Amino acid sequence: MSQSNFKRFVEVGRVVLLKSGPYAGKVAVIAEIIDHNRAIIDGPTTGVPRQAFPYRHLTLTPLALKGLPRGAGSGVVKKQLEKEATITKWENSSWAKKRAAMETRRSLNDFQRFTVMLLKKQRRDVVRKALAKATKA
Amino acid sequence: MARSRQLAPGVSRFSRSQVASRRGLYKGLKKSKDSNAEETPAFKEVTVGGEKNGSTRLVPTSKAPRFYPAEDVRQPKKSRKSPKPTKLRSSITPGSVLILLAGRFRGKRVVFLKQLESGLLLVTGPYKINGVPLRRVNQAYVIATSTKVDLEGLKVDAKINDAYFAKTATKGSVSAEAEFFSEGKPKEKEPFPEAKSADQKELDKAIVAAIQKQENLTKYLKASFGLSKGQFPHQMAF
Repeated sequence: MSQSNFKRFVEVGRVVLLKSGPYAGKVAVIAEIIDHNRAIIDGPTTGVPRQAFPYRHLTLTPLALKGLPRGAGSGVVKKQLEKEATITKWENSSWAKKRAAMETRRSLNDFQRFTVMLLKKQRRDVVRKALAKATKA
Repeated sequence: MARSRQLAPGVSRFSRSQVASRRGLYKGLKKSKDSNAEETPAFKEVTVGGEKNGSTRLVPTSKAPRFYPAEDVRQPKKSRKSPKPTKLRSSITPGSVLILLAGRFRGKRVVFLKQLESGLLLVTGPYKINGVPLRRVNQAYVIATSTKVDLEGLKVDAKINDAYFAKTATKGSVSAEAEFFSEGKPKEKEPFPEAKSADQKELDKAIVAAIQKQENLTKYLKASFGLSKGQFPHQMAF
């Protein structure tokens, strides 16, 4: 059998990002697969209660819990998440960081947006001057 | 005066002709009475001659009319409604930075001072920073930002009220010729009243000092507001 190119699967222990509903933007773990439309997800350390969730409203992440048994309860999921430090792994991923940065930018008020514009101008100025100096030499 | 209540939206209890007969317009149009008219005494004392007439007599000041209207005139009901004072948006407090959305200063960021009696907002650029003078604006044409200038202890002179901004009335009609020309030449522009520019300077002094305490705030007020690609005001925080 040839090697498959797919790396992320819907499987028990898969870390997923929720795309809609009151917990949108939070991360949870698949605890049990119900059918080809829904799975039971659980996020005891991320504030997502155990619930059935449709696949079309979640995104699979590259992270997965290795030793999670099928149909594990919240306590076991929590223990496993802490043992494998999955949430810190997620938070350190560039995906999560980009999301956090976007969130921060969106929450800025008018004056803060103006300050960001000033700082970007300053940075641009430094880069431009350094480039001019480097190309001249 | 709705005599015709609605049975369902758009369906009235009475037809148009029924309402017309109920309104009783055939009795004549109603006229309201001037309530401010001065009261004159009903009778006045008049001295009369003749020994059997007594010496004085009370005579009605206005003679009873010799004719009276054959048709009754109905008195209109007095309205007891009065306009409520305008509510200030809770996001606007003295010192708030506002973004003007209409008028010749649209896009400018200004400092809110207080709400005037008429409900309009008193704002200033300050003039020295962005050229917006002391001005009244309607709060509907304003975006309130969460940025505040500390105006603690600032006293806005009571003379700066709605009357302060009123235009002086010009008497009679002036021809367009006389309005713009004098002796065949375009008229000189009337200079801005010195008293007003002094008021502006006096008021702005404290505000500018407060603004300069905060970093970049002067630059912020100097810059105008605008939307760039991908920015939607209803999705932005101010």
